[in-house]
Amino acid sequence: MSFHPNDVIRRGRVATVIVCGTLVFLLSAFFRTQIIRNDLYMLQSQGNRLRQVPLPAARGVIFDRKGQPIADNVIGYSVALFPQSEDTLRATLTRLRATIELTNKQFESAITRFRRDRSRPTVIIPDASFDVISVLEEHRLDFPTLIIQSAPKRIYPAGKAVGAFVGYTAEISDNELSNFEGYKPGQQIGKQGLEKQYESVLRGKEGIQYVEVDAKNRPVGRSTPINDLKPEAAPPLQTNIDLDLQTYIHSLFGDSITGGVVAMDPKTGGVLALYSAPAVDYNRWVGGVSNAYYDSLKADPRQPMYNKAVQGTYPPGSTWKVATAIVGLENNVVNFKDHMPEACRGFYYYGNRPWKCWEKRGHGSLDLGNAIEKSCDVFFYQLGLKLQLTRLVAGGVGLGFLGKTGIDLPEERKPSFPDKVPEYFNAKFPRGWTQGSIAVNMSIGQGENAQTVLNMARFYSAVAMDGLSRRPQIARIADTTQATRLYTLPPDQLKMIRDALAGVVSTGGTAAGAQIQGLQLAGKTGTAQSGNFKDGKELNHAWFVGFAPANDPKIVVAIVLDNVSFHGSVTARMATAIMARYLHSVVVSKVETEG
Amino acid sequence: MGLRRVNVDVPLMIAAVALSAFGLAMVFSAGQTEVRTAATNAYRAQTVWLIAGVILAYAVSRASVRLIEWMAVPIYAFSILLLVLVLIPGLGSGAGTASSVHGWLTIGGKRLGQPSEFAKLAVVLMLARVLAQNRSPAKSMVELWKPILVVAVPFLLIFKQPDLGTDIVFVGIFFAMLFWSGVHWQLLVLLASPVVSLILGFDPKVWGAWFVVLIALVVWYKPFFSEGVFIVGANVVTGILGPLIWDHVKPYQQNRLLVFLDPSVDPRGSGYHVIQSQVAIGSGGWLGRGYLEGPQKRLAFLPEQYTDFIFAVVGEELGFIGVALALMLFLFLFLRVIRVAERANDSFGSLVAFGLLASWFTHVLENVGMTLNLMPITGIPLPFFSYGGSFMLSCWIAIGVLIRVSGEGRGKTGQLLV
Repeated sequence: MSFHPNDVIRRGRVATVIVCGTLVFLLSAFFRTQIIRNDLYMLQSQGNRLRQVPLPAARGVIFDRKGQPIADNVIGYSVALFPQSEDTLRATLTRLRATIELTNKQFESAITRFRRDRSRPTVIIPDASFDVISVLEEHRLDFPTLIIQSAPKRIYPAGKAVGAFVGYTAEISDNELSNFEGYKPGQQIGKQGLEKQYESVLRGKEGIQYVEVDAKNRPVGRSTPINDLKPEAAPPLQTNIDLDLQTYIHSLFGDSITGGVVAMDPKTGGVLALYSAPAVDYNRWVGGVSNAYYDSLKADPRQPMYNKAVQGTYPPGSTWKVATAIVGLENNVVNFKDHMPEACRGFYYYGNRPWKCWEKRGHGSLDLGNAIEKSCDVFFYQLGLKLQLTRLVAGGVGLGFLGKTGIDLPEERKPSFPDKVPEYFNAKFPRGWTQGSIAVNMSIGQGENAQTVLNMARFYSAVAMDGLSRRPQIARIADTTQATRLYTLPPDQLKMIRDALAGVVSTGGTAAGAQIQGLQLAGKTGTAQSGNFKDGKELNHAWFVGFAPANDPKIVVAIVLDNVSFHGSVTARMATAIMARYLHSVVVSKVETEG
Repeated sequence: MGLRRVNVDVPLMIAAVALSAFGLAMVFSAGQTEVRTAATNAYRAQTVWLIAGVILAYAVSRASVRLIEWMAVPIYAFSILLLVLVLIPGLGSGAGTASSVHGWLTIGGKRLGQPSEFAKLAVVLMLARVLAQNRSPAKSMVELWKPILVVAVPFLLIFKQPDLGTDIVFVGIFFAMLFWSGVHWQLLVLLASPVVSLILGFDPKVWGAWFVVLIALVVWYKPFFSEGVFIVGANVVTGILGPLIWDHVKPYQQNRLLVFLDPSVDPRGSGYHVIQSQVAIGSGGWLGRGYLEGPQKRLAFLPEQYTDFIFAVVGEELGFIGVALALMLFLFLFLRVIRVAERANDSFGSLVAFGLLASWFTHVLENVGMTLNLMPITGIPLPFFSYGGSFMLSCWIAIGVLIRVSGEGRGKTGQLLV
């Protein structure tokens, strides 16, 4: 290090010269650009500008497990203008009206789009029919600033059948624009379901064509120095959905029944089908839903836009008795051959009132296995009292009845279930409550308990897998989702739970009518009161949750039928039809691969 | 500790405050567009960063140069640690939607800052410490192993991000500080020669002429025989093989390499950016289109107009006069920092001052040059102007250090009670 003052001053001089020289060089470059060539650039700034014409990219195709498309793209046409100002835009739109049909809504939204982004062409009709295009092509010379482009359009071939999970795409809103990075006004974005959940995956890369326009914004040709950016389509998204099963479920429901269905593969967590009735055809939502269709959906008392599989929560009723049984076994309060102190006479007397069993004639004295098969309320009232509320609630929380399942759908709603005893009940019933009657009520899945169909499907998957719970997953990103163990019981007890559930769907069980030859089913019916009345009779939420084959579960089906006059046993027949359909097709496909 | 008398370099303060105020006004203007963009409210955050920066500068100016020298090693080690953390997936953002943004330290989805901005400061401090320890300036490349190592580690870590712009700044700092420590210019040229060959190699005649100059330089400077052979060999390799390899890769592969070197640059889209920037600046004329009124900016034709291309807004709205004013303010700041370096009490302080000068100078040259297509487009901000918290803080920390070095140095400037 040499820091003799003379050296330092010499080096300081060199540095000063370099710094001054560089800045003088930069300044002279600005003088050349800003003063000498000012006319040229001023002209370019005022009149001739490069305009970017976006080239929309195709979204990723969504496939079912067998490679059938659930969401696909077809060629659509968009019509856009390069207006100079809002006034010229209004004038051109008015002239366009003489040639093609333009609604007031299209007129106004074109103005809004122009205000949002003037550097891109203003889209007039995002999805124009071929007729409109051919008329416009004839009048091309009258509208020199017109740009007609082919733009991929989203289509859901199965229509209503897949509405419950696929969602739809539409133009990005102002709100979304400020929340998502890298989006421009006018672009399409996933609004619901898988389209929203996997937006970042499904979205392609938009291309850009650089077009030079003259002072009146008429495209005058392509500018040479710029290379266009080609749009890049997004890779496909594979899902666990079985589209055949999904459309089959849709056909089972018809138009009159309301409810939700979830079918899962308990071994992988893959969602095979997810359905909500009445179904919505989201093809009619792509690019913007018409007011008439939206109003008709809104006015429908059965609330089609409310997803019965993942948003609707219903008291699980008797389907929840399996949970009470597992919590009882876990806490060693009961064993499989145990009987309760009091035999079922059709009611149970507790707290100065009788609690009815659904079987007025009574079941007599049952052990736990038989109580599950016959769904005896009186048995479970006493089991609930033996467990006491704190253990019952803690056990339910441990089995996952408090939280979301974590399925890859943005719409999933949290079930309602007490989190803590006694805080939850103190807040809920400030005027006092008794532990016993709440435990009695909750032991049969009534009271402070409302579950989504999806969460019941998840729970029965865990039951089918002897306690191993997997997160339900629609997209097939991995072969299986991560498993957590919900409960650990000795092997003989695990077997007995499954035997009891198999007993439900065999002669003598509550769903005996749903038996199918050659297929061993297991499951549980449930009938919960809805609080809604029709013709003086209270309507039910009719449940069935089960799996098949009982000894080697390949499919779990959970169904709730909303506000119906019949019981869970009817729902069970629907569920067995679904299971049989799936298992039958699985066998067939296996034969094919072997051949 | 009570209040102490510290000489505050008032002209230096004035330059920094004037540049920051000018810059803030431009960030505000950049947000005034027809379309709402991310820039619309950027000025608010920038104001907060500026205030925080001034407070930090004051705090730093309370630390003696001795303390700063002692702190150089831990600061350097810490900034290397941060650079390593950024490369760990999950901590450095870059994956997912914001793939164009790199080098952010991210914890729990929150972007905390860009460690590379603080690495520039840390490298200046560490280099100054290492160079100040040498009794006489290095005469051969072998003697330079320590300073080379100090720069090479963060250089390679940032190359891995990758962020070419920041690496160019490291090169600028490195050569400037070697020069200030008294290394002969011939040795500096020899050190840089392989890179020069790589660039000139694309024109055989020019490269031939350069090679003759290089040989003459080697004969004149007489480095160690092995080093001379190494330098000539390196020049042959980069000058001949570089263009050969480049010509044999397909254009899309060339593009891929360019994108690899700096992903913030889209090689296909960058032509558009430069044209829009030039049109904006060129249409400014003498007095500009008026503050807040620039049409190119208002219509959001300008890319990154509140960060990397903010100087184009200056050119468009304030014209040549505004550009000249901004560049004069920078010139004033630079000359003032050179003065601080000349009058510093010891070699460490002097080297730190000169290193900070080199860092700013490289930024200004590259960023301003880029807007006129005189320099390649790399994502590098303009000191005191471009929107960005980490850079604003690091610039003002540097001002704090400079005030301290100046205050302890010779030659009384303005005296103030602080």
